[in-house]
Amino acid sequence: MATKTPVSTTINGEPVEFLCEPRQSLLEVLRDTLHLTGAKEGCNNGNCGACTVILNGVAVDSCLVLGVEVEGAEVTTVEGLACRNELHPIQQCFLEDAALQCGICTPGFLVAAKALLDKIPNPTEEQIRFHLAGNICRCTGYDKIVKAVQHAAQEMAK
Amino acid sequence: MKEIAYAAPRTVADAVAALKQANGNGKAFAGGTDILVQLREGTRNADVLVDLKKIPEMTEIRQLPSGDWQIGAATPCHRIESTVPFAEGYPGIIDGVHIIGGWQIKGRASLGGNLCTSSPAADSIPALIAHHAVVKIVGPDGSREVPVSEFCTGPGKNVLKPAELVASFVIPAMLPNSSGCYLRFIPRSEMDIAVVGCGTTLTVEKDTIKQARIALGAVAPKPVLAEEAAAWLIGKPATIESFEKAGEIARKAATPISDMRGPAEYRTHLVGVLVKRSLMTSLRRLRGERVDVLHDKLV
Ligand SMILES: Cc1cc2nc3c(=O)[nH]c(=O)nc-3n(C[C@H](O)[C@H](O)[C@H](O)COP(=O)(O)OP(=O)(O)OC[C@H]3O[C@@H](n4cnc5c(N)ncnc54)[C@H](O)[C@@H]3O)c2cc1C
Ligand code: FES
Ligand code: FES
Repeated sequence: MATKTPVSTTINGEPVEFLCEPRQSLLEVLRDTLHLTGAKEGCNNGNCGACTVILNGVAVDSCLVLGVEVEGAEVTTVEGLACRNELHPIQQCFLEDAALQCGICTPGFLVAAKALLDKIPNPTEEQIRFHLAGNICRCTGYDKIVKAVQHAAQEMAK
Repeated sequence: MKEIAYAAPRTVADAVAALKQANGNGKAFAGGTDILVQLREGTRNADVLVDLKKIPEMTEIRQLPSGDWQIGAATPCHRIESTVPFAEGYPGIIDGVHIIGGWQIKGRASLGGNLCTSSPAADSIPALIAHHAVVKIVGPDGSREVPVSEFCTGPGKNVLKPAELVASFVIPAMLPNSSGCYLRFIPRSEMDIAVVGCGTTLTVEKDTIKQARIALGAVAPKPVLAEEAAAWLIGKPATIESFEKAGEIARKAATPISDMRGPAEYRTHLVGVLVKRSLMTSLRRLRGERVDVLHDKLV
């Protein structure tokens, strides 16, 4: 069996330790080892964004990050968005504005939108579309997603 | 992906040593946006991945006392474009950096990785060539410098010898009255591979062109300079007519293939259009205008 490396990291504000093989992606570790199945595997090659997490403040595709790399890092996954029983405004707006159908892309969009609104609290439609270009949705046609992000920006400014 | 070892050295020398020890079976690992995909697909093989991101020298971006800029080869694109003084001084390089993948890719992808993958369609390379960028290469036998224009030798091929690394890029200080641009033609505005890419720099004094440099992507086995077109521009008036003519001449430098992204004739036609537009944008910028090439009106 392959040698496993111990990794200490912070996920959604909590200290976490896990063992992983160097070949395992952060996405695999999140889903299979830590049972944080919010991040989805759409393509496993960086094209779809369904696996988006925030790594040290930067939105990345967790399928293109190795588990061993996150030693000492801070990771935010979609599980870290809601606060106890209260949905994050972006999640609430996605629900209210029907910005999802099958939902497989949704965790990635939510996390990417969170990273976007952290950086640009009041983005233009073009800025939203540009920053979400790495997230693919086969169902919604994107319009409702863009509107939900705009709505969330307004809610968060209140 | 098959089993693999991971090393995270803290110095360039240790990274070179790790690659040397791997004896041809080690791969440098920067953002991983090419290499992890290739290892998974089985188009590349490695026993060891040598992570370059823990090496301070390779992830720094700073201006040297000479005015030149040095960018660590593993610095992610998002950090390059958010380094304001660099981004303001080199909008042409940022045009390329800004469109490498989507946001999540730019959070990881580096210039070193873009160059070392040596795709003819790599988006950062034409503007780096147009700006006379040079890479510092470090290997088991010491270090050397190679202009980016001479780095790639064919699709996926370059001048790196076994266990050599690109440590950093040096981008010369901009001359006065100069600016640059990179334009990529793709069917959508993000997340696709260039049908044609064009990087330019231009120096103009009193409406006369003093210097010009034009580099093309995706129209030859490696990024190429359109030297004849650039030479023709010297001494000409800085007008759209001159740029159009330069575009016509630049078409001669293109030897494209036909593939699913477009037939050769179409690519050659696009060279003329992009050279003209890129030079025009360089001119507007050197005159002080801010131009966002993704949302600009076409000339
Ligand atoms: C979804 C997606 C979209 C993309 N879109 C674009 C695009 O629009 N335009 C574009 O040009 N590219 C694009 N790419 C390709 C890729 O993101 C870029 O080529 C990127 O710049 C590679 O950098 P990296 O740091 O991730 O390289 P890695 O994957 O870490 O490395 C790439 C190669 O270079 C070698 N290497 C890396 N750094 C060094 C070094 N310092 N010295 C020696 N060898 C080194 C590695 O061993 C490997 O062979 C895309 C990729 C994906 C997955
Ligand atoms: S699963 Fe990571 S980008 Fe698609
Ligand atoms: S809701 Fe189905 S892919 Fe986006």
